[in-house]
Amino acid sequence: MSKPKDSTRFARWAVSMPPMLFMTLFFALPSLIMAVGSFMIPGDTGGLAPLFPILTPHINPHDGLQESGLTIENYRTFFSDTVYAWIFLKSFFVAGLTTLICLLMAYPLALLIARSPKHKRDLLVLLVILPFASNFLVRVYAWMIILGPFNLLFTNVAVILGMVYVHLPFMILPLYTNLEKHDPILLDAGQDLGATKWQRFWHVTFPLSLPGIYSGSALVFIPVLGMFAIPEILGGKDSMLVGNLIKEAFLATRDWPFGSMVSMMLTLAVLGVAALMSWLSKAGRFQPR
Amino acid sequence: METSKRLSPLLWGCGISVYAFLYIPLLIVVFFSFNDSKLNAQWVGFTLDWYRKLFGNTDMLVAARNSLIIAFLSAAGATLLGTMSGLAIHRFKLKVLPVMVFTPVAMPEILLGVSLLLFFIQFLHLTLGMTSIIIAHTTFCVGFVAIIVRARLQGMDESIFEAARDLGATPWETFKYVTLPLIRPAVIAGALMSFTLSIDDFVITFFMAGVGVSTLPLQIYSMIKVAVTPEVNAISTLLMMLTLSLMWIASKVAPETLKGHA
Repeated sequence: MSKPKDSTRFARWAVSMPPMLFMTLFFALPSLIMAVGSFMIPGDTGGLAPLFPILTPHINPHDGLQESGLTIENYRTFFSDTVYAWIFLKSFFVAGLTTLICLLMAYPLALLIARSPKHKRDLLVLLVILPFASNFLVRVYAWMIILGPFNLLFTNVAVILGMVYVHLPFMILPLYTNLEKHDPILLDAGQDLGATKWQRFWHVTFPLSLPGIYSGSALVFIPVLGMFAIPEILGGKDSMLVGNLIKEAFLATRDWPFGSMVSMMLTLAVLGVAALMSWLSKAGRFQPR
Repeated sequence: METSKRLSPLLWGCGISVYAFLYIPLLIVVFFSFNDSKLNAQWVGFTLDWYRKLFGNTDMLVAARNSLIIAFLSAAGATLLGTMSGLAIHRFKLKVLPVMVFTPVAMPEILLGVSLLLFFIQFLHLTLGMTSIIIAHTTFCVGFVAIIVRARLQGMDESIFEAARDLGATPWETFKYVTLPLIRPAVIAGALMSFTLSIDDFVITFFMAGVGVSTLPLQIYSMIKVAVTPEVNAISTLLMMLTLSLMWIASKVAPETLKGHA
């Protein structure tokens, strides 16, 4: 066995290096800059103040304010004012409520598709994907037309409706993928043992579908948490979420260090949610069935 | 036995209502794009005026041209890099590359948008425009292509590649004569998906566009921020048709991409 080891090594390098370089430059590095930026000071004309010198920060003799270097001021602002904690809480609430409504709507449909005859399933799934063919803004705009006459436009109800509408397929598809794999013989066994329809659902189908619920929930919860366009288009003055806070900091007030800090807090929240979901679905596997 | 095979009417009722919930809003948009009234409220009569107005709108045409250029170039870049990533992640047990490639797919778009905004302006001191949009779109599309290509590779018998290697093929020959023909449907599907994602993207483009450049979603956004007009319905309908035809092509080339995962 004289394997062409060198050529394999070269192939490995040639295939993985270009995407690695690209993603390092345009994903990892920008994320790092944002992390550092969250500890910086806003510049005179917006953006970030010069970073150097870090160790001997320059203090303006006139007003005693720091003009360069690193600071934890942004994080201090965040934790000292309940306004920001409130916006985060509200975003979590909106994301949670959206996820719950999506789950309640998606479950029956996913179950229906999974229990339909095999040859019909592909068509039924396609019918779920097709609304994706319309632009995200178009789907939000549709609700402007519908809610206008009911005086619901520019309210929090409109925001939730828009969020549910845009993210519903993300819940249906993973649920269906899970439900489709269930062996129908389990339900038959349950029936033979005298279980009613609801008992069969609660004790067989539902526990088995938990991994699908967790991945669907993550796919809905995470994007909703960072959404700014739907509150901006369908919401009112009191509909501001984390995404809007970030957008305002970057484009309106141009306090980029503050925006970076809020983005870092959002990143932490997202990582927390993702970790929770993957832990839940792992823990679920060891449950007695 | 018999009863468990029949679906309950309750399930059917719920299912059909959810389908209605998904489709009725979009049908309303399409319906009013042909309505001879400035208000999206009542059917007055059939007209193609809104479409005519659209084609006379220079801003809109420029935005459409920009959208197409951006989608073509970023789909090309993402397909190349995403196919490489998919191959590398499947073939070699890599630890860092999967994280780099798949994270942008999973995180809220706004985070990628603002971090790239910081990067381009603060770090590279570049003016935002077409280039920054194309790079940003490529960055988030790479992961989608990699997912599709890797899924295709996972479904294949490893012994084909081993056979090629045992017969003395170099890695390049194995790729050219064995791997590429086998993954071609996934590569094409990945390219079409990137094109669709790019042409539909709003959030990242919003942060990357700067002042001078506009795309179709940005145009729609600025229009609906001002007022609800049937012109938006018309451009929405056209955009829907475009994405639908792209999805139709994808379903012909690689039917498996339209099933299962999102």
